Amino acid sequence: MTGSPRMIAAAIAGVLIAAGIAGFAVTWRPAIAAVEPPSPQSFDPVLVKRGRELAAIGNCNDCHTMRGGSSFAGGLPVPTPFGTIYSSNITPDPDTGIGRWPEQAFRRAMRSGVDRDGQHLYPTFPYDHFTNVSDEDDRALYAFLMTRPPVHAPARDNQLSFPLDQRFVVAGWKLLFLRHGGYQPDGGRSAEWNRGAYLVEGLAHCGSCHTPRNGLGAERPDAQFAGGDVDNWHAYAINSQSPSPVPWNADTLFSYLRRGWDSDHGTARGPMAEVVSNLSSVSESDVRAIALYMADVFGAPAPDRIRHGEAVLAQAKMRAKTQAGAPAAQAANGAATQDWTMNATGASIYAAACATCHESNRALPYGGVNLALSTALSGPDPRNAVNIVLSGVRPVPGERSPIMPGFADSMNNEQIVALLQFLRGRFSNQPAWSGVAKTVLDARRMQTVFLQTSPGPSNPPADATQRGGP
Amino acid sequence: MMTLKVNGKDHVVDADPDTPLLYVLRDDLKLNAAKFGCGLGQCGACTVIVDGKAVLSCVTPLLLLDGKQVTTLEGLGTIEAPAPIQRAFMEEQAAQCGYCISGMMMRAQALLQRNSKPTDAQIRAELQPNLCRCGTHMRIMRAVHRASRLMDSADASPVIQRSAP
Ligand code: FES
Ligand code: FES
Repeated sequence: MTGSPRMIAAAIAGVLIAAGIAGFAVTWRPAIAAVEPPSPQSFDPVLVKRGRELAAIGNCNDCHTMRGGSSFAGGLPVPTPFGTIYSSNITPDPDTGIGRWPEQAFRRAMRSGVDRDGQHLYPTFPYDHFTNVSDEDDRALYAFLMTRPPVHAPARDNQLSFPLDQRFVVAGWKLLFLRHGGYQPDGGRSAEWNRGAYLVEGLAHCGSCHTPRNGLGAERPDAQFAGGDVDNWHAYAINSQSPSPVPWNADTLFSYLRRGWDSDHGTARGPMAEVVSNLSSVSESDVRAIALYMADVFGAPAPDRIRHGEAVLAQAKMRAKTQAGAPAAQAANGAATQDWTMNATGASIYAAACATCHESNRALPYGGVNLALSTALSGPDPRNAVNIVLSGVRPVPGERSPIMPGFADSMNNEQIVALLQFLRGRFSNQPAWSGVAKTVLDARRMQTVFLQTSPGPSNPPADATQRGGP
Repeated sequence: MMTLKVNGKDHVVDADPDTPLLYVLRDDLKLNAAKFGCGLGQCGACTVIVDGKAVLSCVTPLLLLDGKQVTTLEGLGTIEAPAPIQRAFMEEQAAQCGYCISGMMMRAQALLQRNSKPTDAQIRAELQPNLCRCGTHMRIMRAVHRASRLMDSADASPVIQRSAP
């Protein structure tokens, strides 16, 4: 027996209402009442200091500050595959910043990606990681930010097309990808390991750059730390797939993250320069914990990787001693798969423009790294090497720091391609890159944008003690 | 053997393709304005202009210069007829020991050719690769602004191009 039309209509209406309520429940978040901006004196200085270190670990200044702009005033354009999103003003300005946010609203933003008004925030703000930050640390971060100088800087409009410009869409994304619950310590591991894991998976949000993303822009859980993209740079795989010629361990990771360079691997640059610059100002034990945890994520290298690393290192040391010239690198890289010896243009450019520093006896960070140790040349993607050849490594103003001149104005695209192909063949045991010419074209275009918008040095200080914190 | 275009003239130079431009300018062509500071691309004393862009001649081998136009300070003006950038640096007394000044002028010239009214911040950013150990930075800043004003009233192109028919 079929129901009367009236009953069917009522059933449909019921379903629609239920769906509406469910949809509403998923997307709707209440506003949290504004407060009078708390005075900076109302915060405990010890808490503020702790917050300063945490903000450095979270690398907050990197996205929330424009080159030449006021700290934390936002406005940085962040290009995503879906459009451009501008970072927000997180100074305590009452009208354009978070001055009227109570701590509870700040914590909700960190944990669930919702602003004080109840609007969903785009996951460019990495709350998929920040959700793991403890209440206590959120309190310290809040205290730090609320005691910064307020800056009047209205938000810029994001450039997103329909339907992504509708913020309720983000609620669906969260349903799929945001895992609440905070960091769950692993009782079988040391306190230091757990500290590192808590920071890496939470505030430090390493996976935001180093984990590849799926079609909806979420990190792929099946490929954690397998290498991702950021600002036209490749963020290397930092798990067992790491392309570094010499395997990393906790000590080399610590020295790299703390000082910005490691003699077996080279110097941090690109977006990572800002990260290590920040890590130079936080407590050493936190950086050690991060290094310890990450060494575990990298895992113990396979015997053939160890052998290759040892061969490359031995050869680099020998060269530093003897200035042996010629193709010592190839001995270590026996399996070089392209005939780089035929690339006369690349070879002469290397000999004339690069070798003076990269084959000098000067130790890092002021000498050039032996390129057989370079992850940029062994990695799967030529972008980082191209970026560095074009822009060089700029020194930090007023500080001792590594430096390399850029060659954008003295080499044309064909010359850069020839150089890159030569370097890849001579200094890595990996197959030739494809599409280097296109990479160079793209990098030239992006270079201009990056230099205009990047807030920080493109290079870390050599001596951490010379730097003030953010 | 290769032909190198410097200050509007063709020079046949007998040097290996991997010879740095700086050595050829100073040793073979006797153009001594560009200085050897570090030879590593770190100080800017050797800056010259190649196809309108400031380039460090100590890390620029000849083989990169095929078909390109090199301009050195000698190509901008003479003692009798200094170019605006040179006049401005003299009038502001921007040189102390003077070692960095040729490089500073060349990089500033490249900037002014691109942007005739740079701001303080733009000048600072542009000249950042060039070091001055005497500390005349403030005078250099003033000299670049003065050159920008002088160029409004003068023809700022290099002499060699001005005298061409
Ligand atoms: S001599 Fe060329 S940069 Fe120092
Ligand atoms: S004037 Fe002496 S180095 Fe600049």
